[in-house]
Amino acid sequence: MFGYYMQLALASFRRNPGLTSLMIFAIALGIAVCMITLTSYRAAANNPAGERGEILFSPSLDSWDPENAYDKDDKSLAPNQLTYRDAKALYASEIPDRKIITYKTGDIYTRPDKGMDPHYIGTRMTSRDFFAMFEVPFLHGGPWDAKADEGPEPVIVLSKEENEKAFGGENSVGKTLFWKGREFRVVGVLDHWEPMPKYFDVNNGAFQDMEGAYVPFAWGPILELGSHGNTNCWKTEIIDSFQAFLNSECIWFSAWVELRTADKQQAFKEFMDNYVIDQKKHGRFPRPLNNYLYDVDGWMKRNKVVQDDNKAMLIMAFAFLAVCLVNTVGLLLAKFLNAAPIAGVRRALGASRRDIFWQHLTESGVVALAGGIVGGILGVLGIWALRAWYGRFVEEATRVLPFDEKNFVIVVAIAVCAGLLAGLYPAWRIGRAAPASYLKVQ
Amino acid sequence: MLSMTNVSKVFRTDLIETHALRNFSLEVKAGEFLAVTGPSGSGKTTFLNIAGLLEPYESGSYKLDGIEVTDLSDDARSKLRNEKIGFIFQSFNLMPDLNVYDNIDVPLRYRRMKAAERHERITNALEIVGLAARMKHIPAQLSGGQQQRVAIARAIAGDPKLIMADEPTGNLDSLMARQVMDLLEKINGMGTTVIMVTHDPELARRAHRNVQVVDGQITDFKPYEVRGATPATASMGA
Repeated sequence: MFGYYMQLALASFRRNPGLTSLMIFAIALGIAVCMITLTSYRAAANNPAGERGEILFSPSLDSWDPENAYDKDDKSLAPNQLTYRDAKALYASEIPDRKIITYKTGDIYTRPDKGMDPHYIGTRMTSRDFFAMFEVPFLHGGPWDAKADEGPEPVIVLSKEENEKAFGGENSVGKTLFWKGREFRVVGVLDHWEPMPKYFDVNNGAFQDMEGAYVPFAWGPILELGSHGNTNCWKTEIIDSFQAFLNSECIWFSAWVELRTADKQQAFKEFMDNYVIDQKKHGRFPRPLNNYLYDVDGWMKRNKVVQDDNKAMLIMAFAFLAVCLVNTVGLLLAKFLNAAPIAGVRRALGASRRDIFWQHLTESGVVALAGGIVGGILGVLGIWALRAWYGRFVEEATRVLPFDEKNFVIVVAIAVCAGLLAGLYPAWRIGRAAPASYLKVQ
Repeated sequence: MLSMTNVSKVFRTDLIETHALRNFSLEVKAGEFLAVTGPSGSGKTTFLNIAGLLEPYESGSYKLDGIEVTDLSDDARSKLRNEKIGFIFQSFNLMPDLNVYDNIDVPLRYRRMKAAERHERITNALEIVGLAARMKHIPAQLSGGQQQRVAIARAIAGDPKLIMADEPTGNLDSLMARQVMDLLEKINGMGTTVIMVTHDPELARRAHRNVQVVDGQITDFKPYEVRGATPATASMGA
């Protein structure tokens, strides 16, 4: 009978093309708006660390002003960056399986053979574990070794994009670049890598561009490289040298640790608390003990990577879909009740209530299927438009979670389910209609 | 074929109760051609709707072809209606966007028949009503008489034991009315029981038997004109 119901549904569309188009458009619009909003939401809410997000942690120590909390909106929060001294102290711990301290800087690079125009490259100062902890893919070479961290040795890892600018995309491992008056040897070239959000450095903008180069952290103090990201200070201090700046209470460093077991996580938390208690004896950390160890999800929530606006937009999008479906229910009801005399005749000819119900539910499903397909196409167009406006942000989100054929099928399936849901009541109503009342007036 | 005993039907609104049928009793034997007459609002159509399993009733007993229908589920009633009864309406009740062939196909679809069998039955029915050449026409392209013949073809395509006709010639001129009556008699002659509700005494006279309904009860019992059919009985409502 399903085939027959399909035939009847198509015949019904031909009978009422305007009303049918309106219903298809209502569902399509709701689906498209949901798709577009969901894409932008998941771009923000995406956890690019995947399962590793549960063993990667960012420590947060409350070294802030005793009179004013770091976050005026949520006074329970500790700062989201560390002082140089605290970052170094945490980095010295032997508890983590892997650990890094990092900050963002940058400067002009050139090639010794003058084969490229000097240009600015955003640079991340970090340590070798960075690449393993965040599963950074390499195109050529690899990370520098532990010795290079300690030396430090003048080594550099380039992003794929910077390698294309500096060396035309060829394997540049072993070649050199000039930076801050020193020659740095390329040891690795990354493949395209752009986790969205940029979770390991959300305090400088979760959707900022990736750095073009990576250099051992220890070069920072040696070359006196200041932060090209956020720096926050609360204490009046005399800062008359770079060393004084490093020793100040200003925060501009991030630390990440990899802690693979619950025991290690507990131990590191205790280590943080003990460190702060010890520092209090030296007159630091004037606020009550208030330390946090965030996993990736927690870190993104703490830094409000997903803004409340995004969540509100998502809720509104689904509310809009609900409104579209309610409208569809109304239109279906009007259409079905308008055709009630025909259903009455069908009942007289032997159709059961169940037959009439399934016939009309099939029609709802076909409307929803068409709405889903049109909505999917509108959604794809909408995402393209978003890309045009926001470019990389949405592009990356759709790369990480691509809107492929499978997702299209899912969207259409959701639309069909929603349409069937919308059609349940009208189909039930028409199925319950008393046939005798229509047979004299048809 | 049909046996109703003390069937009552009440239509209720917030303000009034209308007793459409009061202790209505009637027996119709297989192969009979029965005319049901009566003034407007007397309960003729209500009787037809109950007899056609399209409407429930408050009390009484109703057996169709030996099956007590009172407690049947909607599915069972629909199946019984589809297999045993063919309907013919005053306003034809053809589906306007289906062609003649597809209109006749409707009851056969609900019987879940295979396509080949449906095709055979549809073409046979169209042959009987003389519209085999019009099977691709839509109802709007046919005259009133032709539309009613399509409705008759639809009613007989499923080979029902009982045809129920509600004012089948009410919307037709006298020539076409005669053609339709000829057809009904032809179908009855093939062994199908026919119950026809009509206002027209001329048409009623062509039936084997004529019962009159007034205020929801059978009030008159006219001797049927024997035309070779099995005699039937009608009993007065209690």
